[in-house]
Amino acid sequence: MPQMTDERVRAGLAREEDLSLLHEVSMKTAGVSHLEMCIQCGTCGGSCPVAMDMDHTPRMLFAMLRAGMREEVLRSNTPWICVSCYHCVVRCPQEVHIADVMYTLKSMAIKAKLYSDSTAPHFSQTFVDMVESYGRSYEFGLATRHYLKHFPLRLPGMMPMGFGMITKGRMAITPKKIRHMDQLRAILKCAKQLELTS
Amino acid sequence: MNKYLLYPGCSMESSAKAYMESLDAIMEPLDLHFEEIEDWNCCGATEYLGINLIPAYSLIARNLALAATQAKQMNGTRTVVAPCSACYLNLAKADYYMQERPSLGVKVNEALEAGGLQYEAGTLDVRHLIDILVYDVGLETIRSKVMRSLKGLKVVPYMGCMLPRPDYQHRWSDHEHPTELDDLLRALGADVIDYPLTTSCCGGHMSQIGPETAFELIRRLVADADERGAHLMATVCPMCQMNIDAYQNEMNHFFGTEYHMPILFFTQLMGLAFGLPPSELGIGTELVSSRNALANIGVEVPLTQEPAAPRKKNEGLPMPPRLLKTQQREKEAVK
Repeated sequence: MPQMTDERVRAGLAREEDLSLLHEVSMKTAGVSHLEMCIQCGTCGGSCPVAMDMDHTPRMLFAMLRAGMREEVLRSNTPWICVSCYHCVVRCPQEVHIADVMYTLKSMAIKAKLYSDSTAPHFSQTFVDMVESYGRSYEFGLATRHYLKHFPLRLPGMMPMGFGMITKGRMAITPKKIRHMDQLRAILKCAKQLELTS
Repeated sequence: MNKYLLYPGCSMESSAKAYMESLDAIMEPLDLHFEEIEDWNCCGATEYLGINLIPAYSLIARNLALAATQAKQMNGTRTVVAPCSACYLNLAKADYYMQERPSLGVKVNEALEAGGLQYEAGTLDVRHLIDILVYDVGLETIRSKVMRSLKGLKVVPYMGCMLPRPDYQHRWSDHEHPTELDDLLRALGADVIDYPLTTSCCGGHMSQIGPETAFELIRRLVADADERGAHLMATVCPMCQMNIDAYQNEMNHFFGTEYHMPILFFTQLMGLAFGLPPSELGIGTELVSSRNALANIGVEVPLTQEPAAPRKKNEGLPMPPRLLKTQQREKEAVK
């Protein structure tokens, strides 16, 4: 990766550690993120269907990354509001993998325990727990655990829907398990170690 | 006769059972053959990617590795078909990024090795079900199988977001206004309504974690379909179906609206057009009933649940009779 940043550091416009945040996020993102190429045009925020619920538009978040505002970025609700609809991704003139950068920021926020609201991280974690135990998603377990913890007041209103899903055979009460669970566990265990060392 | 490997995905066995049932039903008339990937696991949906990178991609890649091994035994097949847009995107994404960033491929393979598996990125073609139907089976063949035209049924085609975007392999006619679903529904004879929101997001997992954000997205889609006079929406994705069908009631409560917009899988509509009975297509399992919508083309959907008989007057719980104030005074006067 070419270091286009040296000049700014030498000119005293930025600190080395600030610029390293941008680089860190870029390197942790799957594929070639193109994050360094952002030209701050704002097409992403303008295309976003949920920008109104975000603390910062993606454009602003990327500017903050470049400014090294680690804590503010990881506290932002923006990655958690992102619905992964990829509107911004196909419109971005610089082909930044915006949705994938959002995934990276989520995992960094979880590791740094810096998210502002725990609902979304807990949901992801519960989902992953189910997959790691059964190899399949388990909607009934996920929904009950999640709603009891985060939306107990929504439960009465949800009853007709849950009842409908169960009686129409669209939600199984017991989980399905894959046959070679031990194989999947071994793969994930190894993958987690690789994640720590990379 | 083409043979394909099938990655059904978790929802096809639960919330989107109707999708699987209707797919099973239309395979014979179309002479399609799918072989399920043995012992496939969840793709992680949109959740795992936000927790850990390498485990998330290893989880997806286990399916690709299993599929590649199975494909070798089926000589000639290298296509994996996913009917769910999120599964399709995850499988395609893993395959693509493992090539774009070889170091990711190396690490994922190191993890797969722990389970005695390996996958060389680019070995398989990951494709969505509607891609197979429109481009391999072809609209002509589909049109030739239509026994009961859907003429008179006003449908909005809803493609959803994760299917045409980001489109790593350039498979779709457009990223924002693709026409594959329109063309297919037209081949069935349906009155297809132009729907500019066709690739707008349904809210995805936000219905669970940030309902207010999701309700607004659902409202936009349903309100626009309603304003355009649609009888129902057609979808290609279990997540879209779930959000618009199962959360429509809660969305109505939230905004004080009274929309009733049924949403069916495109395979269910294909089954109807092929003359199959609704009971074989999972019709009736949707929470927003499509009964009235389908009555427009003379399809009778049996009631799955008899509505509760209205309670007759004076048949309720024993309660003291409500007396008017004048009657009360009369009663007191008698005492």
